[in-house]
Amino acid sequence: MLAKPLAAGARAPASPFPPLRLVAALALAVGLQGAALASPASDVAELKKALAAMKSDYDKRLGALESQLHDTQAELAKAKAANAAPPVAAASANAEAVAEAPAPVAPVAAPPAMAVDTSVAAPTGASGGNATAFNPQISLILSGTYAHTSQDPAQTRITGFALPPGAEIGVGSRGFSLAESELALAANIDPWLAGNINLSITGDDTISAEEAFITTTALPHGLVLKAGRFFSGIGYLNSQHSHTWDFVDAPVAYQAMLGTQYADDGVQLHWLAPTDQYMEFGLEAGRGRSFPGDNGSRNAAGMAAFTFHTGGDIGDSTSWRAGLSYLQASAGGQALDDIGSSGQALGEQFSGRTHVVVADGVLKWAPHGNATHTYFKLQGEFIQSHRRGDLAVEGDAPAGLHQTQSGGYLQGVYQFMPMWRVGLRTERLDPGHANFGANDFALSSTNYHPTKNSIMVDFSESEFARFRLQFAQDRSRQGFVDNQFLLQYQTALGAHGAHAY
Amino acid sequence: MTSSLKTAALAALALSGAFALPAHAAVKVLACEPEWGALAQELGGDLVDVGVATSAMQDPHQVQAKPSLISRARNADMVVCTGAELEIGWLPVLLQQSGNPKLQPGQPGNFAAADFVRKLDVPKQVDRSQGDVHPDGNPHIQTDPRNIALVATALGARLAQVDPAHAAQYQQRTAAFSQKWQANLQRWAAQAKPLKGVAIAAHHKAYAYMEDWLGLVEVAVLEPKPGVEPSASHLEEVLATLKARPARMVIYSAYQDSKPDEWLSEHAHIPAVKIPFTVGGTDGAKDLTGLFDDTLNRLLGALK
Repeated sequence: MLAKPLAAGARAPASPFPPLRLVAALALAVGLQGAALASPASDVAELKKALAAMKSDYDKRLGALESQLHDTQAELAKAKAANAAPPVAAASANAEAVAEAPAPVAPVAAPPAMAVDTSVAAPTGASGGNATAFNPQISLILSGTYAHTSQDPAQTRITGFALPPGAEIGVGSRGFSLAESELALAANIDPWLAGNINLSITGDDTISAEEAFITTTALPHGLVLKAGRFFSGIGYLNSQHSHTWDFVDAPVAYQAMLGTQYADDGVQLHWLAPTDQYMEFGLEAGRGRSFPGDNGSRNAAGMAAFTFHTGGDIGDSTSWRAGLSYLQASAGGQALDDIGSSGQALGEQFSGRTHVVVADGVLKWAPHGNATHTYFKLQGEFIQSHRRGDLAVEGDAPAGLHQTQSGGYLQGVYQFMPMWRVGLRTERLDPGHANFGANDFALSSTNYHPTKNSIMVDFSESEFARFRLQFAQDRSRQGFVDNQFLLQYQTALGAHGAHAY
Repeated sequence: MTSSLKTAALAALALSGAFALPAHAAVKVLACEPEWGALAQELGGDLVDVGVATSAMQDPHQVQAKPSLISRARNADMVVCTGAELEIGWLPVLLQQSGNPKLQPGQPGNFAAADFVRKLDVPKQVDRSQGDVHPDGNPHIQTDPRNIALVATALGARLAQVDPAHAAQYQQRTAAFSQKWQANLQRWAAQAKPLKGVAIAAHHKAYAYMEDWLGLVEVAVLEPKPGVEPSASHLEEVLATLKARPARMVIYSAYQDSKPDEWLSEHAHIPAVKIPFTVGGTDGAKDLTGLFDDTLNRLLGALK
């Protein structure tokens, strides 16, 4: 009987009179107690005494608590003042001198940039006992596509470029599909390190760690060291997550020579020169986890890369960045799918080294640097790949291979009014000339140059949602013309991401 | 790793040592917005070398961590920014890529002005259905000169902390600035009396602090949600609102496209007023004093 109204009162904050219910319940309890005691006068006196003792005890405790609170507040105020203006005593006097000024708020220790509390429940943060305060910053990318293609995506090949079985080329699948969803968590680890993971969830229900690395935040002299899994810093597009691309798919040259986007497990050292001109140097070493590497079992690094980027401004409306990168990867018995000189499918095994050189450039223009209304972005990359080693065709004895291939793209994106952009991209690949050695009977250099042209228009209803329509004519495979019609949405939820240039 | 790469690594490390600059020269300050650049210059004088990351023609929400900014952050001793997530889209990546430990959050070289003022428009609930809201409150604190006074005090102290050898000079300059600003505040308070209670329409929710200072009453906002461009249909709604609650003027910032404001000006028969918003936004806003002189002149001019 008693518990019921109490519980109801406590549990139902929506009730308009919860305190009244509580009081009623308490009164009832006291009443019942009184009835049960049915006491003589001495008992009442004792009860009174006990109550008085309790009261004084609570008064004392309350007093102690109040003084503790007071002390804490004083200490806090002192700490805040010290934080605001440690060496200048006159500072607070100045603040007081400003009449009419709104009440100054002492600085709250600024949260580290990567550890912003994104919890919806406590938007203003700053509450000390909040268990979620140290949760990493979370952001989620949701994306989906509809693809209509005139050729079966299963038939997609890039003529003249042998790739590992299952390589990501072309548009993936026809019809409706869930494109890559991406979940990213990031936070500072301690005063010297930050951590980051990007999980990629694809339409076929596989989850993979796209990036997972720790990086330094406190090294001097412009040095930043990264360890773990990361996108290599080569080129321009390589280090960018797919949701920041201006077209639905990666350039064919990236698909043909860098396995769409080169990520590796390893270490990366970046150094920014202390010059006015932006000059960044990078060194990377990794296991060679993906094509052109082979993810082989070896103690030595399977991949090494060197990157250089420079850039600057031209007036107040234009900025640019250009770079030159080199990557080499080792392979031992790397399985490749190829097409022979008479058009037949061939299985190959490659052992040797691949040297990739990437030249990249991007130029951005916006009137007075204000990209809100209109801007133009011109971007291009050229990739050259040299493969040297031995190639075994269909299980035959390996023979020497010496091959140089190249390709690239040039694209322009123009925002002609707020929210609306159009883009054009043109691509061309050169399978180059190869010396197949004793394999000349099965393979021959082709004169076919794969090409692709794409046009896109996209609409961003907000900074966090974009809808894109893309049409492409893909002539990657000799004898096939694939007309691709793609529709895509891309959205970003959660923490406000900051994007690289 | 090949030997050539090892050599390159050693060369890079050797270079980084050789380039390490001698400790003393002017304190290099990188200000995120022009108003903080102007303030750092007033408080630092010859002791500081101030660079400004953005101009009055740029929307401070939408700036990119471009190469020139990265190298300036690399070489800076201090960043002076607004904070309150105004620069969330570019500053974190700029600081991360700068490889400069002095500028990282929590360091004395990382100064966020919004930490030192009382913030308005702090949302009770944060959800993107409300547009590009700032969980820490409205970040456009520089539109109230009383905030400038508070930030000046804090920034003067911070400069003295970053460059203790010249602490006395910063203290002196800060005191002088505060005195000058105090006189300005009194002058502006007298000038601005006619603006009290005046109804305005605003392009973006960027003037909360100015409205608080001058007693302006914001009756309509042209952007349907913060950061979302005004649409034709929303402008019609704003026009309808203004029929019921008339405004005396519509206000927009120098960096904004004035077309929606001009449309409203024409249809509601009220003046469209361009506000400098920051130092350099108009010809009159040459420095911090000019920023508020010009703002007041423009607002008062619209009342005539």
